[in-house]
Amino acid sequence: MTNESWQLFLRFDYFIILLFITGLYCVIVTKNLMRALIGLEILTKAVTLLLIVAGYATGRVAQAQGYVITLVVIEVVVIAIAAGVVLSVFNRTGSIDAKNLRNLKG
Amino acid sequence: MNTLDMILLITMTVTALWAVLGRSLLKATIALAVTSAVITILMFRLNSPLAAVFELSVCTGLITVVFVSTISLTRPLTHQETIDRTKDRIKRYWYLPVIIIIAGVALSFVKMPLDFAATHVPVEQDVRSVLWNSRQLDIFGQIAIILAGVFGVVILFKRGHNKDD
Repeated sequence: MTNESWQLFLRFDYFIILLFITGLYCVIVTKNLMRALIGLEILTKAVTLLLIVAGYATGRVAQAQGYVITLVVIEVVVIAIAAGVVLSVFNRTGSIDAKNLRNLKG
Repeated sequence: MNTLDMILLITMTVTALWAVLGRSLLKATIALAVTSAVITILMFRLNSPLAAVFELSVCTGLITVVFVSTISLTRPLTHQETIDRTKDRIKRYWYLPVIIIIAGVALSFVKMPLDFAATHVPVEQDVRSVLWNSRQLDIFGQIAIILAGVFGVVILFKRGHNKDD
């Protein structure tokens, strides 16, 4: 990793950290299940971009792309299942509010 | 890093904030798609075209379609419910822009070592060889997860169908 690529990595890192904070805050604070999925998606995007930037900075672009393609495939599966769960919660409770999922709270 | 990269990164952060802070779920989904599209451009610029194409077709296209379908299958809030929840939303979400600004300012003051030593010699490989030759056990894991996703969606839809009957 050269000095130039290290500097580029750091510059991108600042924005990736901000993106990560945004997604994490959304997941923690929201009560809407769809909004939680959007937060999860933003978190995944931050990780995706971090992998690509790390690959570019270290000169291992091909490996980074391989990881990102795997990550994207798994991300789609997670989102599809989660959307199905949200729909079944809506069918059962009539809303997508996370408050309604506390029936099993001990 | 040039000005265009900086503009793209700022756009990415702003659209992500819009996706989180926006009141309408549909607009939030569109903002998420825009974030994904901007990340795609950044990936192209970072010499990763294959991952960028995947990101564009899957994250910008497919996931947006899944989100919009899910939102259209659920019930929108009534006018009164929207008014009731707006105050609660503002109370919960106003910290986020403040946290982002503080974090941004704090990060700009952080001094990182600029004389970073080279850790290894760059190795150029083809993506195809990485995807099909370098990976071993995780291909099976990926196939298992895809199958789990397919069966999960089938079961969820099946249950919904039975309930309607």
